[in-house]
Amino acid sequence: MNAALRVLRKPYGTLARSLALVVLAAVILFLVSEALGAYDDLQLANGAYYFVVLAGLTVLTGLSGQISLGHGALMAVGAYTVALLIGNEHWPLVPALLAATGIAALVGTAVGAAATRLRGPYLAGATLAFAIGLPALADKYTGTFGGENGLSINPPTPPSALGASFPLERWEAWIACVGALFVLFAMNNLKSSGTGRAFRAVRDDEIAASLCGLRVGRVQTLAFVLSAACAGLGGGLLAVVLQLAAPGAFQLGLSLSLLTAIVLGGLGSLTGAIWGAAVLVLLPSWTNDLAHSFSLPGNVTANLPLAIYGLVLIGAMIAWPSGIQGAVRAVALRLPARRASGGS
Amino acid sequence: MTRFIDLTLNGISTGAVYAAVALALVLIWRATRIVNFAQGGMLMITTFIASSVINTSGSYWLGFVVALASGLVLGAIVERLLIRKVEGGPPLNAVIVALGLLVLLQASAGMIWGNTPRSFPPAFSIRGYDVGGTRVLFSPNDTFIVLVVIGVAVGLAALFRGTAIGLKLRAAAFQPEVARLLGVRVGRMFTLGWALAALVGSLAGLLVAPAVFVGPNQFDPILIFGFTAAVLGGLDSPVGAVVGGIALGLVLSYVSGYEGASLVTLAALVVLLAVLMIRPGGLFSSTRERRV
Amino acid sequence: MALLEIESLTTDYGPVRAVDGVTLAVEHGSVTAVLGANGAGKTSLLRTISGLERASAGHVRLDGEEILGVAVEDIVRRGLSHVPEGRGVIAELSTEENLRVGGLSRGADALALSDIYELFPPLRERRTQLAASLSGGERQMLSIGRALMARPRVLLLDEPSLGLAPRVIAQIMQLISSLAAERGLAVLLVEQNARSALSIAHRGIVLNLGCIVADDDAHKLAADEGMRHAYLGF
Repeated sequence: MNAALRVLRKPYGTLARSLALVVLAAVILFLVSEALGAYDDLQLANGAYYFVVLAGLTVLTGLSGQISLGHGALMAVGAYTVALLIGNEHWPLVPALLAATGIAALVGTAVGAAATRLRGPYLAGATLAFAIGLPALADKYTGTFGGENGLSINPPTPPSALGASFPLERWEAWIACVGALFVLFAMNNLKSSGTGRAFRAVRDDEIAASLCGLRVGRVQTLAFVLSAACAGLGGGLLAVVLQLAAPGAFQLGLSLSLLTAIVLGGLGSLTGAIWGAAVLVLLPSWTNDLAHSFSLPGNVTANLPLAIYGLVLIGAMIAWPSGIQGAVRAVALRLPARRASGGS
Repeated sequence: MTRFIDLTLNGISTGAVYAAVALALVLIWRATRIVNFAQGGMLMITTFIASSVINTSGSYWLGFVVALASGLVLGAIVERLLIRKVEGGPPLNAVIVALGLLVLLQASAGMIWGNTPRSFPPAFSIRGYDVGGTRVLFSPNDTFIVLVVIGVAVGLAALFRGTAIGLKLRAAAFQPEVARLLGVRVGRMFTLGWALAALVGSLAGLLVAPAVFVGPNQFDPILIFGFTAAVLGGLDSPVGAVVGGIALGLVLSYVSGYEGASLVTLAALVVLLAVLMIRPGGLFSSTRERRV
Repeated sequence: MALLEIESLTTDYGPVRAVDGVTLAVEHGSVTAVLGANGAGKTSLLRTISGLERASAGHVRLDGEEILGVAVEDIVRRGLSHVPEGRGVIAELSTEENLRVGGLSRGADALALSDIYELFPPLRERRTQLAASLSGGERQMLSIGRALMARPRVLLLDEPSLGLAPRVIAQIMQLISSLAAERGLAVLLVEQNARSALSIAHRGIVLNLGCIVADDDAHKLAADEGMRHAYLGF
C-alpha cells in the first residue's frame, strides 16, 4: 500500500493517479449499469455524454477563464458529423466518433482563434451569435442536414459476444461511459499538467503570463480546441444514444443549460462536471414528477426546468460562486484535519 | 432595382429597431460597464404586458404607455436587486447573472402567457406608401419607428452631454469610487441607467413585436442583432448605436433578400466577428479599447 | 477645537490592522503632514476618514460633528474633500466636465469655474480637452481644483507629489500651502516625499504599521536626524 502511495506521489504520479481514478470509475460504472433497468441505463448514457461536454467546458471557463455560449452548436457539429458518417457513409462507430471529435476541434480552432481577441462580454456575445446562427445552416441546406426532422441513424448493435438479449440501452450506456472515462482521464491529466498551469496563468494575468514566455493567443485557442473536441465527442455520443441529430435539440437553451451545469457544479472542477451532468439529466424528470404531483398546468411544467436553471445561474453567482463542489470542499475543510504525513 | 429599394427601405426600418436595442445595451454599458444579455428577455416581458393591456382595454396607446412604465420599473428593480450584487466584480459573474435572468424571464413568460407566439398590433398602418403608382415597402408605421428611434437617440445624447444628471451618470460609470468622493450618489445613477435602458428596450420591443410576434423566444435574434449593432457602433457611443443599427439592418436586409432569411443570424455573426477583429472599439469609439 | 479631530481611529482589513488607534487634530488654516514608509497605513487612514473604508473603532469629528459612519457620497456635503491616491482624474471626461462634477454636490453654491481657472491657468487652456491628455502636474491641479469646487473646509490629499518632476512638486506644495493660509482650509497631507511635505507643513506625524510613532512640529521633525533616517528616508 505504501509503495503504491509512493508511486502516486512521483512526478509521473499524475498519470498513475488519473489511471487509478479511471479504473475505479470504470468499475463503479460497470456495476451500476448492470444493476439498472433499461430506462435508467439510458439516463446513465445521457449523463455520460453530458459529462463529456461539461468536462471540456468547465476546463475552458474555469481553468482558462473564457466563457462560451456556443458549445451547444459545437455539440451539433459532432452530432451531425456522426449522423452523416454512420447514416450515409456507413462508417463504423469509433472512427465516426473520432471524426466528430476532430471536426468539432477544427471548428473550435476557428472560433478559438477569433476568441483570443475577445474578452468577457464580447466573447459571450460572439459565441451566443454562433450558437443561434449555426443551427440555421440546417434550415438552409435541408437536403444534407434533413431540415427540421434531422438525420436519424440505426441504433448501435451490441456485439454478439455479449449475448443476443443484451439490452441496447446498456450497450449505449457502455459506449457513452467509455467516452466519458477517456475524457475524464485526459482532462484530469490536463489539469495537473504544464498546459493546465498555462491555462490558469493566462486566465489570471495575461500580461504576466506573456512576460513568462507563454503565447497567450495559442494557450487560449488550445483551451478552446480541447473543449470543442469534447463538445464534438459529446454531441457524437448523443447522436448514437438518441439515434438522431435534429436542430431542435441544439437550440440556445442547450448552451445555457450547459453553462448552468458547470456553474452549479463549480467552475474548473471535474467532479463538478459530474454533478452538473447529473442535474442536466435528472432535473427535467424531477420537475415533471413535481408538476404532476401538484397538477401544475402544462405551461408551468414545460418551463419549470428552465426557470430553475435561471434561478440557479442567478443564485449561484450571487450567493454561491463556487457551486456544489465548492460547498462540498468548504464542508470538507471544516472536518478535522488528517495527520500531516511526513515529507511529501 | 425596385427590389433593391425595397430591401434598403426595409433595412432602414428594421435597422431602427436594432438601433433601439443597441441603445439600451449602450446605456447600460455606459452606466454600469455590464452587457445586459437579459435585455431581450426584459423587453419581451414588457411587450407581453402591453399585449395583455391592449387585449383587455382595447387601447394600443394605453398598452404602449404601460409597457414603457413597466420597463422603467423592471430596469430599476433588476439593477437594485440583482445586478447591484455583481457590479464591479469579475465580468464573468455579471454575464452569468444576466443570462440567468434571461432564462428565468423566458421561462416565466412561458408559464404566465404560454409558449405560443401571439400577434401584436402595429402603431400605425403597415401598408406601404403609394409612390407614383407602385407600393413601396415602407409604411407609416416604419416612419414612426424611424422617427421615434432617432428622437430617443437625440434625447439620450442631449441627456448625457448637456445635463447635470448626464454628467453624474458618466462620472459614476467611469470612476465610481472617485464619483462617490465627489458626492455623486453612484448607486442611484446605476439604477437610473438601467431604468432608462429598460425603457428604451421596451420601446424597441413594441416597435418590433408586430413583425416577430410575441413569445418567450421570439426576441432572441433581436438581442443578437442589437448586440452586434452596439458593438459595430461602439459600446460607448449612442450615436454609434443608431448608425450601427441602421447599417446592420441594411446588411441583413440584403442578405435576407438575396440569400435567404435563414442565413441572417450567421450574417450578423460574421459582421460581429469582423468588427471585433478589425476595430474592436467599434466605428465611433472615442475611448481606446481595452488592449491587454 | 480643531476643525478636524481624529480619535483612536482603527481600521482592520480582515486580520490585518491597517490603522491602529490614530489620534490627531488639524487646525483651521494649517497643514498637517502624514508621513511614513509604504504600507504604513497612510492611505488607509485617509480612506477611513472619507468613508471609503469602514472603521473598526474611533471617532472622526468635523467641526465638532461626528462624521464617522456617514456615507461617502455625503461626506463632501459636510465639507470634507478627499483627493485620492493617483489623483482620480476621470480620463474620459473633459477638464471642465471634471471640474463641474466636483461642484455638483453644492449646486449653485459651488465655486465658479472662473475662480478655479484663475488659480490654475493651465486648466483654462485645456478646458475642453479630455482629461486623459493632461500632464501629471496638470492632473494634480485638476484634482485639487475639482475638490475645491465644493468649497471644502477640510482637504485630504493622498501623495500629490507622486510621479511629478521636482519643479512641479515645489509648485504644487506651494499651492497647497497658500490654500491653507488664504482659504483657511485644514489640510491633511499624506506624502512619501517627506522633505517636500515638511517644508510647507505646520505639523508632522509619522506612521509605522498603522501607529503614530512621532507627532511634532514640522521643523522639529525635519531636524530630528534619528527620525529622518529611520522612517523618512532622508
